[in-house]
Amino acid sequence: MAEFKHKHIIALRDLSKADIELLISTAESMREVNSRDIKKVPTLRGKTIINLFYESSTRTRTSFEIAGKRLSADTVNIAPSNSSATKGETLADTALNLLAMKPDIIVMRHAVSGSHYFLAEKVSCSIINAGDGAHEHPSQGLLDMLTMKDRFGRLDGLKVAIVGDITHSRVARSNIQGLTKMGSSVFLAGPPTMVPPGVERLGNVTVCATMNEAIQDADVVMMLRIQQERQGKTLMPNAREYSRYFGLNPENIKLAKPNAMVMHPGPINRGVEMSSYVVDGDQSWILKQVENGVAVRMAMLYHVCGGELE
Amino acid sequence: MNMLIKGGRVIDPSQKIDDTLDVLVENGLIKQVGKGLQAPADAKVVDAAGKYVVPGLIDMHVHLRDPGLEYKEDIISGTRAAVSGGFTSVCCMPNTKPTIDNKAVASYIINKSQSDGFCNVFPVGSITYGLSGDRMAEMGELKESGCVAVSDDGRPVTNSELMMRSLQYAAGIGIMVISHAEELELVGEGVMNEGFTSTELGLKGIPRVAEDIATVRDIMLAEYTGTPIHIAHVSTKGSVRIIREAKARGVKVTCETAPHYFTLTDDAVRGYNTNAKMNPPLREADDLSAIKQGLQDGTIDCIATDHAPHHIDEKDVEFNVAMNGIIGLETSLPLSLNLVREGVLTLNQLIEKMSCNPSNILGLNRGSLQAGAPADITLFDLEREWTVEADKLASKSKNSPWLGQKMKGVAMATIVSGTLKFER
Amino acid sequence: MVTEQTVILDAAGVKRALTRIAHEILERNKGLADVVLIGIRSGGVFLADGIAKQIGIIEGDTVPLGAVDITLYRDDISGQLPHQAVGKTEIPFSLEGKKVVLVDDVLYTGRTIRAAMDALMDYGRPRCIQLAVLIDRGHRELPIRADYVGRNVPTSLKENVQVIFDSSNQPTEVVLEK
Repeated sequence: MAEFKHKHIIALRDLSKADIELLISTAESMREVNSRDIKKVPTLRGKTIINLFYESSTRTRTSFEIAGKRLSADTVNIAPSNSSATKGETLADTALNLLAMKPDIIVMRHAVSGSHYFLAEKVSCSIINAGDGAHEHPSQGLLDMLTMKDRFGRLDGLKVAIVGDITHSRVARSNIQGLTKMGSSVFLAGPPTMVPPGVERLGNVTVCATMNEAIQDADVVMMLRIQQERQGKTLMPNAREYSRYFGLNPENIKLAKPNAMVMHPGPINRGVEMSSYVVDGDQSWILKQVENGVAVRMAMLYHVCGGELE
Repeated sequence: MNMLIKGGRVIDPSQKIDDTLDVLVENGLIKQVGKGLQAPADAKVVDAAGKYVVPGLIDMHVHLRDPGLEYKEDIISGTRAAVSGGFTSVCCMPNTKPTIDNKAVASYIINKSQSDGFCNVFPVGSITYGLSGDRMAEMGELKESGCVAVSDDGRPVTNSELMMRSLQYAAGIGIMVISHAEELELVGEGVMNEGFTSTELGLKGIPRVAEDIATVRDIMLAEYTGTPIHIAHVSTKGSVRIIREAKARGVKVTCETAPHYFTLTDDAVRGYNTNAKMNPPLREADDLSAIKQGLQDGTIDCIATDHAPHHIDEKDVEFNVAMNGIIGLETSLPLSLNLVREGVLTLNQLIEKMSCNPSNILGLNRGSLQAGAPADITLFDLEREWTVEADKLASKSKNSPWLGQKMKGVAMATIVSGTLKFER
Repeated sequence: MVTEQTVILDAAGVKRALTRIAHEILERNKGLADVVLIGIRSGGVFLADGIAKQIGIIEGDTVPLGAVDITLYRDDISGQLPHQAVGKTEIPFSLEGKKVVLVDDVLYTGRTIRAAMDALMDYGRPRCIQLAVLIDRGHRELPIRADYVGRNVPTSLKENVQVIFDSSNQPTEVVLEK
């Protein structure tokens, strides 16, 4: 029987194919809890989960909070007022203080890539990464894969196009790490200023010259959020031109397979990376992604609680 | 005090000596190198059988953190680390608090090192006041007060005109300018080398070209003005190529690299290891081999450590927050000896790069066992194995990427001006 | 260590037991009105399927069939490393007012049944819950009793009772392991 032996979930890079399969399968079972009138099971009764969010994120934080509560854990949200660890209390000190309150799991979002590994060395509880810098966002990667599996019944052999700012995207990295392990092929497109060097070496990954090339015959078209603050700086001219070359619209989506699904990790810049016609269209699975988020996070919380010391 | 170092394998590139010989030291100076020398009655006799006896090693690029940042290192702990690593002289960079941009600070360092230190300390003054990059420091007075070079190390002089004028002015005074070659706009908020590893780790990368174009600029300025320039901590294949070409067309450029640039690649950053975070950052395999090639063909003149002590609180943090730099004085010799073992350099060439060349570039009047030279001598064992352990390092700071790792080769005795300052 | 296996029931024996349980369920509930079968994953689900088939043969009518996975309701979850995979609970009908027959393969401490009943209660308020098991091996740790028993097998704590299923999930035999 498949066993999940990790005490922390920090990156999909650290998980095996079997680990990912188990998490997705558990999430499918958890989804059944979410469909009932009584959306609660006693599984993590008495466990304490701290959601430590150094970057604000209503969606992910709420999703983790609901996931914890549906498993009967006590969840506490902490949003340190200073997001910069250079002033005020250090992350290590914050973590040790929180640890004194005996949490079983700390779910953390932090702006610095790799800070979860640092945290994991300092504390004795489980660590779940809710996003670290431009590194990984494993719960998003897992929920994206679950959503793709819902649509196609498999991940093996899927052609997944990921379009946008790959360099700064932890969502892209988690999807690349996860999908390539699961047998999908990933095609990337974005302005060359937003495609990081060597990304094709991460697995079965192809960097495409144009968006059309990436989405041609794709089963999945995943659009990334373009950060508004990057506009007009050194990476691209402005949203208008970005949208022209890297926006998904009712025309270019026809290049993908007729039954292709469209995804976006949210929040969406309507009219920039995606036209509203696509966001709200038949092929959009964006809200299903959000729904699957809770089940995936329940699965993560459940399995790290049973993980052994690494 | 007089001393006779007996029966060691003496290597002195300055005199083309490589033989089993004795070295006689009198009144702090080399008296004689030869076979079967007799010890004067009052001389201490050091048995060097099975050891190498070489001109005292010189590290032309260290940070002693004194004055101002003594919680990281000070002149006493830093020079103790130097002698335990086999160094008889170090050149300390000016990014202290206050900056070495005036006679008072330079004199403080020289006086403290002479009274309390374990080895020779030659301060490097700053090019600009307070490393501000906007106003030339009093290089003449800095030279008079004992500084052997000027550098804004840690920062480039971004203003090209100021850099050009500084090269001209310094040449007039006869003091070497050491360039920290870095194009800051390209570095941005980067924290490691830009490449596959930074992509996988999701860390902001520093492209190699940020070093290359700054190296080009400073070489072009030196070429235009006809002045000498020394490029610090060369880490990229591009810089090696640029310096090689410049030397070939007669530019008065010299340069150094550090042991970490020919030993580690950016793979060492994996696991978000802050002890592998430095500036310039660890590069990739082809840079590493270009550095070795540059050492071999003489493009790279010196091996310096860029010894950069940081307190544990500055390293035991998230990767982006951690300070740049690693300590190096106590691991430089064994790591550099690896180059000899790998056939990159002969032992003779290695000693040139770790002693003769730095002395010649900065005019230190050292790096030689010639009669009459200051008796700065390093004895080392080429084969002895040891493990880098934090609590056994002499440096106050322990920020080494080699903690827990095995080293081969170690300094056995360090003699500074005829006095035994360290013995293992 | 070599384990000694004794066959308690063969395939025909299991089938006879399930047929009898099917009859008893119909008799006790006076037919099929409001009766649903819910198997406990995984053995109980296969047995519930067998009972449902027998009921179909006897009554010529189908009984609603569901499955419950009790992993999330286990009382030993925090001590269990690593956590088991979570199976699916599939109850494609309302439990409101239903006579639920919970089906498991081996009744032992009763803790699984406790967990299953808690799970069912979260799906609605059944009129009653009855328990059908193929084997009752004793050693209860909770006040739980089966309504329908295929075979009572007195065991020691060192022994283990296993219902073996073939690749198409049909029970082939029940063995006692020492």
